[in-house]
Amino acid sequence: MSSGTEKVEYVSYLDHQGKYKGILGWIFATDHKRIALLYMYSIAAFFFVGVILGLLMKIELAAPGQTIMKPQTYNGIFTVHGVIMIFMVVIPGLSAVFGNFFLPILIGAKDVSFPKLNRFSWWIFIVGSIMAVASQFLRSGPPDTGWTFYAPYSTTTGTSVILATSAAFVLGFSSILTGLNFIVTIHQLRAPGMKFFNMPLFPWALYATAWIQLLATPIVGITLVMLIAERLFGIGFFDPNLGGDPLLYQHLFWIYSHPAVYVMILPAMGVISEIIPTFTQRKIYGYKAIALSSLAIAGVGFLVWGHHMYTSGMSEQARWFFSLLTFVVAVPSAIKVFNWLATMYKGSIDLKPPFLYALSFIFLFIIGGTTGLLLGSVATNIQVHDTAFVVAHFHYIIFGGMGFAFFAAIHYWSPKIYGRMYDFKRANIAWGIIFVGFNMLYFPQFILGFQGMPRRYFDYLPQFQGGQLVSSIGGFILATGLFLMVRNLVLGARKGEIAPANPWNGSTLEWQIPSPPSLENFDEEPVIKQNPYDYE
Amino acid sequence: MSEKHNHVEEHRDDEASKLGMWLFIFTELLLFGGLFIVYSIFRHEYYQAFRESSLELSVTIGAINTIALLFSSMTVAMALTAMQKNDKKTALIMIGITLLMALVFLVNKYFEWGHKIEHGLYPGSALMPLLDRGHLLYFSLYFFMTGLHAFHIIVGMVLLFICLFKVKNGSIHPEKYALLENGALYWHLVDLIWIFLFPLMYLIS
Amino acid sequence: MANNVSHTTEYRTLGKVLLFLMLCTFLTITVTGIHLGPFSVTVALLIACAKAYTVMTYFMHLKYESLLLKLLVGFVFVLFVLIILITFIDYAFR
Repeated sequence: MSSGTEKVEYVSYLDHQGKYKGILGWIFATDHKRIALLYMYSIAAFFFVGVILGLLMKIELAAPGQTIMKPQTYNGIFTVHGVIMIFMVVIPGLSAVFGNFFLPILIGAKDVSFPKLNRFSWWIFIVGSIMAVASQFLRSGPPDTGWTFYAPYSTTTGTSVILATSAAFVLGFSSILTGLNFIVTIHQLRAPGMKFFNMPLFPWALYATAWIQLLATPIVGITLVMLIAERLFGIGFFDPNLGGDPLLYQHLFWIYSHPAVYVMILPAMGVISEIIPTFTQRKIYGYKAIALSSLAIAGVGFLVWGHHMYTSGMSEQARWFFSLLTFVVAVPSAIKVFNWLATMYKGSIDLKPPFLYALSFIFLFIIGGTTGLLLGSVATNIQVHDTAFVVAHFHYIIFGGMGFAFFAAIHYWSPKIYGRMYDFKRANIAWGIIFVGFNMLYFPQFILGFQGMPRRYFDYLPQFQGGQLVSSIGGFILATGLFLMVRNLVLGARKGEIAPANPWNGSTLEWQIPSPPSLENFDEEPVIKQNPYDYE
Repeated sequence: MSEKHNHVEEHRDDEASKLGMWLFIFTELLLFGGLFIVYSIFRHEYYQAFRESSLELSVTIGAINTIALLFSSMTVAMALTAMQKNDKKTALIMIGITLLMALVFLVNKYFEWGHKIEHGLYPGSALMPLLDRGHLLYFSLYFFMTGLHAFHIIVGMVLLFICLFKVKNGSIHPEKYALLENGALYWHLVDLIWIFLFPLMYLIS
Repeated sequence: MANNVSHTTEYRTLGKVLLFLMLCTFLTITVTGIHLGPFSVTVALLIACAKAYTVMTYFMHLKYESLLLKLLVGFVFVLFVLIILITFIDYAFR
């Protein structure tokens, strides 16, 4: 280690000594890679809290009637599960972790445009998270509104809604700043010679995502402030008793929260678009179509929010209009899926763990996407609205989509992040368990929902017992798989074999630099290829 | 006319911070945008009540405030021009005038609000729930929107104060004035929002 | 070399812009005095848009910025107008 030679020794970002030492060297780091890891560790911690809350719900629902908790506790738990998973895990998930780490590297930059702002974003993310968690422990009791905070219940319930919504506001601010940083970075810091259409597809997806974060989040921000003002001063924006309009709350909430779904899924699609060419060793099919479809999803995604409100009393005209746009927004998603499949055709497929996750992403995303169309058409929506069908649908999209893409990304990039390789066999086993557990957990809920099992219910009729039991068992299988996966990754990162710079024979820029990267990523200016996925 | 792909230049940091400021302005516009949506819907639903309520506001005070903000918007733009021309003294005077105008605005607002509060017209008062729904919503929105705007005025003043000191001690100079430029952009944003607030709140007789 | 990425606007131009904005303000106050019925909102909003356009073009130097930034600003306003219009598809027909 201590080599007093004249040669400059290679120092990775993990070993680099800055102004601060130890843990302060992380908390005060402005290096995008360290900030990314800070996000990853905190998000992983919140994820496991969310998982445990989910399991508690599954135990409760394993049998009809009261099993382990009171109904009010159950209301609190599904709200907390939603708030943590949505605002603290899946919205920041891919863009704050892998976006922060790999966006600058993929476009040949040394860091993001505003490193200090980036650090600040993480700080307020933590502040917001602490507020969200704290709202569970106040004397007034955890909020019981569901993560959507629908008015007028949220303006009248006695639980600590104010703290939870303030937390969501602060977390939203963090999300805005990350998005702002990414847009400026992509515009200003691309390496010389890298035009927009030479960028890899993950940066493209992040670019579209960042615009949604930037433009949609302020609207939910102001909505939550209005909600707080309504609680504090009795302003009647949303409470019909005071002359307000509860539907207006739903409009404003979904103007943000529907695009927010694309904040979750677009980076996931970007990750898949990186992994598929690498493990098929083929140039991606339809590069421009994939790149532009991200922008199309972001653009149209802003205008479809009303499909969450078909049964809440909107006008007939608005319903068919939103339904139409919902079907339109499915088109660019399908374009992506077809292009991934076309990329795989005649490729030399290498079934490594990242690719397994990517494949299961496509499978689960198709199920989630097509059931989404069922929800998007007004007539069928009325049958399954607010049933377990919806729960199954969005878990297929968010967990099966964003979650599996996150696992794909961590398996794909962890050799680069830590410079060590995990065990493939264990990773494959964990994947199998997760995949089986996931489908057992959520697929029965499609059927239950169709049969009329409402969502967010503490109790159910005996006829749903079978499906609920399968679902609960699936939940525990899934949790076991998650535990095995994390254990394998942690072992790999700490004691695994030293990974080469390019273990998968990838073609994008991150594979041209050593693992783990140095503080400034590139010692010399990278050479930009015409097409980032050139395997010829 | 420098093209985008030509982005490895000395001054690219300034350009980045300007772009960043514009993006931040977008988020601010949509923040108020959410309120304008609420406003337009309630105005649509309670047209008559909104008209009657707006008579309670003094167009004169609103107009004075409009002029104060427009004037300050010009002076802050002039401060930037002066800085670009290496005229430190004029720049300082112009920022000073801008801050003075901001103060005029706030004092005016203080009296306007004070007048309403004296009559018991404020969110959470005993009188408010007795009003009919349209009036109640109008005054709620009035306080909410002008309050948020006033908050932005205060933030803008802080930003311009920092600029004032930095111009004074020379850390903003003709070769490096990105902060002043961004401060000015923020101030124009405050003006922009008021341009829409004024007719929508005061002029619906 | 030099940091002057931004355009310098002459004092005189800024003064003229202010004059125009004052004129608009005066106009919008006078117009509300005349009873135009439902059109008074339209007129007021049109004047406000003209004022906003002027502020952005000259005070905020948008005239001299890159095409990209101009497009982005336009895009944000179009998006906002679309959102309002779509919300009104619900409220206008309910």
